[in-house]
Formats: sequence, C-alpha cells, structure tokens
Amino acid sequence: MSNTSIVQAHQFDDAEQQHETSWIGMWIFLTTEVMFFGGMFTGYTIYRAAYAQAFASASNHLDIWLGTINTAVLICSSFTMALAVRSAQIGKRTALVRFLLLTIVLGAVFLGIKFTEYYFKFEEHLVPGSSFTYEGSLARPAEIFFSFYFAMTGMHALHMIIGIGLLTALVFQGVRGSFSASYYTPVELTGLYWHFVDIVWIFLFPLLYLVGRH
Amino acid sequence: MKSEHVVPIRIYAAVFIGLILLTLTTTGAAFIDLGGGLNAVVALAIAIGKTLLVTLYFMHLRYSRPVTWVFAGAGIFWLMILMTLTMSDVLTRDWLAVITR
Repeated sequence: MSNTSIVQAHQFDDAEQQHETSWIGMWIFLTTEVMFFGGMFTGYTIYRAAYAQAFASASNHLDIWLGTINTAVLICSSFTMALAVRSAQIGKRTALVRFLLLTIVLGAVFLGIKFTEYYFKFEEHLVPGSSFTYEGSLARPAEIFFSFYFAMTGMHALHMIIGIGLLTALVFQGVRGSFSASYYTPVELTGLYWHFVDIVWIFLFPLLYLVGRH
Repeated sequence: MKSEHVVPIRIYAAVFIGLILLTLTTTGAAFIDLGGGLNAVVALAIAIGKTLLVTLYFMHLRYSRPVTWVFAGAGIFWLMILMTLTMSDVLTRDWLAVITR
C-alpha cells in the first residue's frame, strides 16, 4: 500500500528529528508573522486612540453580519483543516483529500464574501483616495480607518490566497499518495499556517467591525 | 513521536462549537453598550479566548514539547513589547506639553 518514502536530509539523525525541526521552523516563521501583523495592529491602535469617535463612526459602515458570517466560515475551515491533519496522521488518504478540498472551498467562500464587501465599499465611495466621500467633519480620520481596513483585510486576504495555493498543492500530492501515517509534515505545517491566518481574522473582526456598534 | 498526538474528533468538535458560540457572543455583545470602554475589553478578551482554543487544540500546542511553547510565547512577548512601549509613548506625549512649550 505504501509507496511513500520519507526523504531524509543527511544533516538529520532520523525522521523524527527532521520532523521536529520542520515543526519548530514553522513556529519561528509564524512568530515573524506575528510581528508583521503586529506592526499593523499597533498602527491601528495608535490611530484609534487618537480618533476614537471617527473610528467608531466609520466602523458602522462595515456590514457586521457579513463579518460574522465570514468569521464563522473561517472557523469552519480551521475545523476541516484540523480534521485533514488528523486524517493524514491516521493514514486515511481519501479523507485527507476530501477535508483539504473542503478547506479550500471554505477559504474561497471567505474570499468571495470579502471581495463582495470590497465591491460595496467601492460603490459607497469609502475606498481611500480622490473619490472618498464621507459625511460630516470626521471625513479625514474616517479615511484613515478605511486605509487600515483595506491594508489589514487585504494583507489577510493575500495570506488566504497563498494558503489556498498551498492547500491545492497538498491535494495534488495527497491524490498521488505522497502522504502516509509516517510522513505528513507538509500537511501539518500548512495546517499551522492556516490556523494562524484564522487567528489574525479573529482579531481583525472585533477591531474593525465591532468598534462602534453599541 | 511525541508531537504526533492524534486528537479525538470529539475534542475538535467541542473546540469548533466553542469557537462558533464565542463568535456569536462577541457579535451580540457589540450591540450592548457596556460603557467605559468595556465593550473593547470584552471583545478582545473573547478574541484571546478564541486564540487560545485555536492554538492549544487546532495547532496542537497543548500536546507539543516545551520548545514549541518558547517560540509561541516569544511571539506574544515581542508583540507586547511593540504594543506597550509604542503606546506608552503615544499616549503620554501631551504630558510633556509644559516642557516642550
């Protein structure tokens, strides 16, 4: 059944050490990602402290229900991703491919809803730039809010697109039978990445959509 | 291998349901005026709770060796340095108005 050969690089003592190294390497990469997004979150915090009223007002122009649905969609995709990794661990290849495909579909649904929201913002002239239109005296700081909105959700969406690319590669490898219960490191590491991107959204959602609702 | 812990499906399912319930809670809480900036505190507390669920169970942190905890903790630690030092500057600048004048 298993035509899988674990490719072991010569610098490792055994497959376990190689796996541990990949695992830790991925966590280190995610730490740098925390700092990358952390810079934007800090920028957001500074401007929100300075223009609390404008941020609350501008936040109300986002669709809280689309935001909530998208959060749920992303949580579902993390759940299917966790089940994909589990299927790989116990050597169930068909289930692995199915859960990977399901995760891709949910990721695509998230992006579809996200880009629909972008479209509405274009229609409402809420995209920062020369056509930005906002009633009242808070227009300039509201434009700053939308700059953060597009930069942060855009960078998050880019991470989602990269994640879908990685998952697609895993599907092809999974169909070819590259993974088994003794080797599934790429599935596991892509899972870590996918869950991290989920966590970024878990913070973006309340900070962007829920600030000024009450 | 120690890190290759197979988590029972019911645990993943429980975490999933917990995450969905917390999402509904945070949206619901946003409509209630808790006053005094408490809304932001509640929203962030829920986000941190959700993050713990995702990292501990979906990302297998709970079943990982201490060295993984070191790197996960390092991310949070440096993020806190970035946030607290930056904000302690930004939020206290007007305290020095007398001196700079």
